[in-house]
Amino acid sequence: MTKANERTEQSLFYKYRSQFGLVIMVSLVVLFFIITSPSVFLRADIYFSFLASVPTIGIMALGLTFILALGEIDLSFPSVMALSGFLFASVYASTGNFFFAILACIGSGILVGIVNGLIIAKVGVPSIVVTLGMQFLIRGLSNLLSNGTAIIVRVRGSLSHQFLVGKIGNVPLQSLWFLGIAVFLFFLLFRHKFGEHVLFVGDNVEAARMMGVNVDWVKIGAFSLMGALAAMAGIFDLYRMGTWWPTMGEGYLMMVMAAVFVGGTSMFGGEASIFGTFLGAFMIGALEAGIVAAGLKGFWTRFIIGLLIISAVVVHTLIRKRK
Amino acid sequence: MSENIIEMKNIHKSFGGVQALRGIDFHVGPNEVVGVLGDNGAGKSTLIKIISGVHTFDSGEMYIKGKKIHPRHHCVKLAHRFGIETVYQEKALGEKQQLWRNIFVGRQITNRLGFIRVKEEIKETNKIMREMMRFRGIGAGAESYIRTLSGGERQGVAISRAMYFDSDLVILDEPTMALSLQEVKKVLNFILAVKERGKSCVYISHNIANVYPVSDRFVVIDRGEVVCEYYRRDISLEKLNEELIEFTKSKIK
Repeated sequence: MTKANERTEQSLFYKYRSQFGLVIMVSLVVLFFIITSPSVFLRADIYFSFLASVPTIGIMALGLTFILALGEIDLSFPSVMALSGFLFASVYASTGNFFFAILACIGSGILVGIVNGLIIAKVGVPSIVVTLGMQFLIRGLSNLLSNGTAIIVRVRGSLSHQFLVGKIGNVPLQSLWFLGIAVFLFFLLFRHKFGEHVLFVGDNVEAARMMGVNVDWVKIGAFSLMGALAAMAGIFDLYRMGTWWPTMGEGYLMMVMAAVFVGGTSMFGGEASIFGTFLGAFMIGALEAGIVAAGLKGFWTRFIIGLLIISAVVVHTLIRKRK
Repeated sequence: MSENIIEMKNIHKSFGGVQALRGIDFHVGPNEVVGVLGDNGAGKSTLIKIISGVHTFDSGEMYIKGKKIHPRHHCVKLAHRFGIETVYQEKALGEKQQLWRNIFVGRQITNRLGFIRVKEEIKETNKIMREMMRFRGIGAGAESYIRTLSGGERQGVAISRAMYFDSDLVILDEPTMALSLQEVKKVLNFILAVKERGKSCVYISHNIANVYPVSDRFVVIDRGEVVCEYYRRDISLEKLNEELIEFTKSKIK
């Protein structure tokens, strides 16, 4: 075979080997659960419950995928969930209007993203520092505004409830929203000008600038997108729980990051996998429930998640090196 | 057309207190190939980055095709609109991206919503590779990742990008650095082709031996100022080299 053939006429399997690797990993995890607790994992119920719970992690993980593709990081999104969720809950409680509530919620998420982006792009503070501060700031703000008390959101039975987290047959609608958002973000990242600019900024920021990419706007845009998605994830959680808690979003940071890394997106920027994040979210989201259902003590959860993250990342890195 | 493509007067530029340019006068005439020479840190890169819109400038006047340019509002997109293309060699490519994305980034072929027409961009890239890069047999395709290409191939990509967006002024940043003899010849042919089409070219270089034969004029920059200018018809390569060495010596003193 000539060099040319090796490089251009790669087989489908070779081209999509990271995706195949992921599918195999997911299958192995499911197989493990089926073997350890067949009574739970051979019935459909557990899978429908995953479909209900995973989208919250997944939607934020998709946003974080953009941020990592940009070569940046965001630690503030769990707090955005709390602040935006609070705005949703209080606007909904006082006006009873679903659209105003959503507007306030997503608007506040975007606003936080814009502020993050402005400080990162225009002032030049590293994203890990800015978003660390922002994480405290808006968690504190939502505590101050709510006075630390929970708010009950009476959405059950409403049309918007049907629309967002209702069911078609046994399928929870939020899983379809998650799928739709993932497909849209796939096209945004790999088929849209904005996504291409995100990839180039993450890959080689000087090159991007020399080719006329407005680097600052790309960063501000990506962080706004992350904010909007965190707010959306918050809405789905509120509709599922029916209550806003001041601690909302806590515990999601590591899970969301884990989902993105297990999915094969690298920290170095310039490349990303939406498909990987989609599957990664299910893997991380399913593990906790699966481990408990398998009859293992809850203590095993973190151990196994850790094992999974490290082995997944090692495999992804080895694959990438051979490209 | 007899008006200068680029006309710069008394351009100053500093980066956080470091003066990179201290009152540069510079111009590029119609259908002229100008070599900008000078040591590391002389201000050559800053000069071309101001022309191509990557940097703004602090004071002075710049005219492109007779139009006055606002010191703060010049940008890469505007330079592209004026038909100024810059070849920054391999360092201005996205390593982890496919070749076709590198050709069109910043100027994508899109629909009205900004979604990229991928098939069209790939088709155009293949055409570029066949007609401009003569890449057949080298092994790179429109869908190859830049990191799999050799230095010469990357240079080819950067140059083809400039050729594709038919430009009136091509700027080359160290066009022959780290290239094989064969590849240097390709670059020289490219400069000659630019000249033949009636367009202009500016390059910056340490090593003038390669590019001497295709140039019309040389501008020597030292410590942010133009120190002298020569027309090629007035100076031999040996003499030019001697003069440059003289400048370096006087600098050490």
